[in-house]
Amino acid sequence: MSKQERAAGHFSINESLLFEEGSPGRRAFDLSPLDVPLKQMGDLMDPELLRGEIDGMPELSEVDVIRHFTRLSTWNYHIDLGLYPLGSCTMKYNPKINERVARLEGFAFAHPYLPAQMIQGALEVQKTLEDCLAEISGMDAITLQPAAGAHGELTGILMVRAYHESRGNPRRSILIPDSAHGTNPASAAIAGYVVESVPSNKRGTIDIGALQKIVNHEVAAIMITNPNTLGIFESEIAEITELLHRQGALVYMDGANLNALMGMTRPGDFGIDVLHINLHKTFTTPHGGGGPGAGPVAVKKVLEPFLPYPVIESKTDGTYSFNYDRPHSIGRIKAYNGQFGMHVRALCYILANGAEGLKEVSEVAVLNANYIRSKLKSAYALAYDSASLHEVVFSDRLQARKDVHVWDIAKRLMDYGFHPPTVSFPLIVPGAIMIEPTESESRQELDAFVQAMLAIDTEAEQNPEIVKSAPHTTRVGRIDEAAAARKPILRWRAG
Amino acid sequence: MSPDDLLYTKEHEWLRIADNGGTVGITDHAQKELGDIVYVELPKTGTKFNSGETFGSVESVKAVSELYIPVSGEVIEVNEDLGSAPENINEDPYGTGWMIRIRLLNKSETEDLMSAEEYDEYTSEGK
Repeated sequence: MSKQERAAGHFSINESLLFEEGSPGRRAFDLSPLDVPLKQMGDLMDPELLRGEIDGMPELSEVDVIRHFTRLSTWNYHIDLGLYPLGSCTMKYNPKINERVARLEGFAFAHPYLPAQMIQGALEVQKTLEDCLAEISGMDAITLQPAAGAHGELTGILMVRAYHESRGNPRRSILIPDSAHGTNPASAAIAGYVVESVPSNKRGTIDIGALQKIVNHEVAAIMITNPNTLGIFESEIAEITELLHRQGALVYMDGANLNALMGMTRPGDFGIDVLHINLHKTFTTPHGGGGPGAGPVAVKKVLEPFLPYPVIESKTDGTYSFNYDRPHSIGRIKAYNGQFGMHVRALCYILANGAEGLKEVSEVAVLNANYIRSKLKSAYALAYDSASLHEVVFSDRLQARKDVHVWDIAKRLMDYGFHPPTVSFPLIVPGAIMIEPTESESRQELDAFVQAMLAIDTEAEQNPEIVKSAPHTTRVGRIDEAAAARKPILRWRAG
Repeated sequence: MSPDDLLYTKEHEWLRIADNGGTVGITDHAQKELGDIVYVELPKTGTKFNSGETFGSVESVKAVSELYIPVSGEVIEVNEDLGSAPENINEDPYGTGWMIRIRLLNKSETEDLMSAEEYDEYTSEGK
């Protein structure tokens, strides 16, 4: 199959809103005959509190609803359709066995208010996942509560604050490298800290000389991503953690890129005190709008007293219980004990792979990124020469000479049947193109992507207009993003 | 070539000095890098900032970027027009795209800023 054949034309049905469809009397359900006396709602509660009929509520049959959502789904590009190489966001295939296990009756229908003795299996899943994550990360204790990576960051920094407060001084600032995810400074600020930026050196890693100048007794912690958002391993991480520890500061790791490290090295072994783990990025749970998030936080012993409560404890008789008696805890940060369904999926992936399998996951993720790096580096400028791990960052420098920019390249990729990679991030790389293929992809899929990228480079040289006006084959052509943001139309219909 | 009557920061803000006051905006290079600007967040008049502190942010279709004050100052006027016309920053970064006017709190800090020539050399290095 040639690259032109990959994205073929296919009909795509224009779809109205559900509110514009239907007809009076249509139903998608059929209730049994009433076998108890009829009561009006107004007899059972204050009629003032009742809402009348919703104006224009559509009446639809089952097939109306199924077709509506199926048609909308065909407008979508998703990981089950093809490569989705969003660097840093890590869109990887979610094995279907995860879904099957998460739908087992005992998991899917366990009510969160059931007492612990009735959900022993669910608690065993959570405790086992905690133990697995602790072993993979080299940390001592885990909370599964945070509902997303950024929520995990906030949880971790609140624990950092609680730790310093317990020693008499919460301290003033959090240090964050200039290549960091934008959520890092946001989390630090919400936890009440001043953010100080740490510059990167020419290799794309933390500038230790600059770091030495700003570390002092008022620094609460540094937030490090390792490998960082350039896909580069912070090779001086041991010196960095030691530098911080000497001043009594802690080291937080954004574990977003843990998928590059499994079985190779452990954050706990290179001096990290607290890290969050994005389950979707490393352990194949749904991502973004695809499902609720989960951002467990792992800590060393010194931070263990501050974990959110309750914590799951295994008792000597082999049963599990919730412990709420945690006087130093930062408190509850999420209802119940986090997004349980995500915990089931992550544990399923961990157990299905086993220790050797997880190591291979990281090896293949790194191999795939380096395959793309090696195939594209003659056409696209590498942002940094340093070795890449699980993702590779190019810049649009060579194409920009023809006034073809990263957003043009990204949009043109859609014409070739791919979701674009992450663009314009990390912010320290002008015109960044950040590609993360993940371990899921075959060589054939990677080759098709490489062919598309090389074809776009040739077009940028010979026919830049076709790139600059892309996409041409999508349902919707190039959108005026500036006008959409400056003068947004927020209503379905005017008036 | 950047206007030679202005002073510049490494973070791509400009400062125009007149009498005791200064006007602050972002450079033509900065607006090009950011792309179409869609929203600007600016401080209230009367707010004081130390040199290098964040005084606001600009949002483009690509990213949200912080604005750093070139010298310590108290905000005496804010360009309210940018609320409804953020495109002025793209179209006229040194004119109608100005952001705030400040009363300088420490005039000697202007010595740390770059001249137009220095700034153009700085940006030509790919910064």
